[in-house]
Amino acid sequence: MTGIRRGLAVLSVLLLAALTACGSDSGAPAGRSLTVYAAASLKQTFTEMGALFETDNPGWSVDFTFAGSSDLVTQLTQGAKADVFASADTTNMGKAAAAGLLSGAPVNFAANTLVIVTAPDNPKKVASFADLAKPGLSVVVCAPQVPCGSATEKVEKATRVTLDPVSEESSVTDVLTKVTSGQADAGVVYVTDARGAGGKVATVDFAESSVAVNTYPIAVLTTASDAEAAKKFVDLVTGDAGRKVLSQAGFAAP
Amino acid sequence: MAARVDWSRFWSLITSNSSLSALELSVKTAAASTALCILLGVPMAMVLARSQSRVIRWARPLILLPLVLPPVVGGIALLYAFGRLGLLGEYLEAAGIRIAFTTTAVVLAQTFVSLPFLVIALEGAARTAGSDFEVVAATLGARPTAVWWRVTLPLLAPGLASGAVLAFARALGEFGATLTFAGSREGVTRTLPLEIYLQREVDADAAVALSVLLVAVAAVVVIGLGSRRIKVGGASGWQ
Repeated sequence: MTGIRRGLAVLSVLLLAALTACGSDSGAPAGRSLTVYAAASLKQTFTEMGALFETDNPGWSVDFTFAGSSDLVTQLTQGAKADVFASADTTNMGKAAAAGLLSGAPVNFAANTLVIVTAPDNPKKVASFADLAKPGLSVVVCAPQVPCGSATEKVEKATRVTLDPVSEESSVTDVLTKVTSGQADAGVVYVTDARGAGGKVATVDFAESSVAVNTYPIAVLTTASDAEAAKKFVDLVTGDAGRKVLSQAGFAAP
Repeated sequence: MAARVDWSRFWSLITSNSSLSALELSVKTAAASTALCILLGVPMAMVLARSQSRVIRWARPLILLPLVLPPVVGGIALLYAFGRLGLLGEYLEAAGIRIAFTTTAVVLAQTFVSLPFLVIALEGAARTAGSDFEVVAATLGARPTAVWWRVTLPLLAPGLASGAVLAFARALGEFGATLTFAGSREGVTRTLPLEIYLQREVDADAAVALSVLLVAVAAVVVIGLGSRRIKVGGASGWQ
């Protein structure tokens, strides 16, 4: 009996805690926070820039939603409210523009190219993009449906090398983890992902990557509650301070 | 979801090569993992239902753990057990057996997540049925194998059937562990849920059409379960 009673007490305390948590959430002052929808690959750099924005503009806070660009566009077209959208490719920004979500022309702020990643010390001696087609090498790439995969496809066409990947992943981070966990011998990812992985991978640059440069655009949305503040954030990203953060992470200038 | 389907293109969307190979792979792997579940799950469920041992009582949560784990976590666990550099994977690799990026990896992931469903259903049935009939059969001189085939199994058939259907349905919908552990390649490891996830990136209509297809397959399985239970229950006169 006491067991049941104690259980009920714990349960009601938990319930109360959950309810009060909801209450304080909805009671927060609105309008002093900026909502930024950004591509997953921008997580590290944009979080840093969010902190910069908050110190420059006291009283403001920046909330980020990081996900695949196409996921974000789907959420925005389905009515999600945000102030700024930063996409990992021009295609998805184009979709947002076609849906009438942008309140101005998008600005390109960064570029990213592909590299090959292998296990540290490159045990299979991969030296070029053509080496990836060697028999016995298990290679993982992105599926052609996602931006990094379509870029890989472009390189394949330009180099006339046809890869036979063991897996086509739906995100670039999945490609990276397949290599860092030792499941695959080599993978094709973005420069910034390779740099983010640090010593867990060896990076092999290839000249043909220049045929598939990915451009990152950013724009203020029509749903922005404070267009001026949203514009300020875009200026920060496209300005010198933003450039510095981005280039540290490996992003090239657009 | 049905309202969102582009019905004029529905047939061509679900009969595209990639959709069909994904569906075929899904049904095949789900069937294989259900068979594996029965093979592993029946002894587990019987031991759980009949044993009074303290060790078994501790083993129970361990077997049921995948039920509450997010499938991605299951995938990571499998990766570090059966991956190329994993605990067991290393030895398998040395023996020339490679699981990574093969259909075997998909079956393994599906079995991992759907096994508890079969065990739970069967354990419940075994507890309800009790062991009185088996004791009587044994005192009448039946050998243990005869007791198993003639008494225990017929009593447990409805529980086993519903457990197997649940496991099949769970395997059919498996996504997270497969994506993490097996990868995604058309015809080899890209099952229907993975195909839906990928199609969503470019063609929302195709993703919706495939989702409807998966709902239909799942509905057929569940409806099949309902009618089967009644039939089996009625035929054997089981309470």
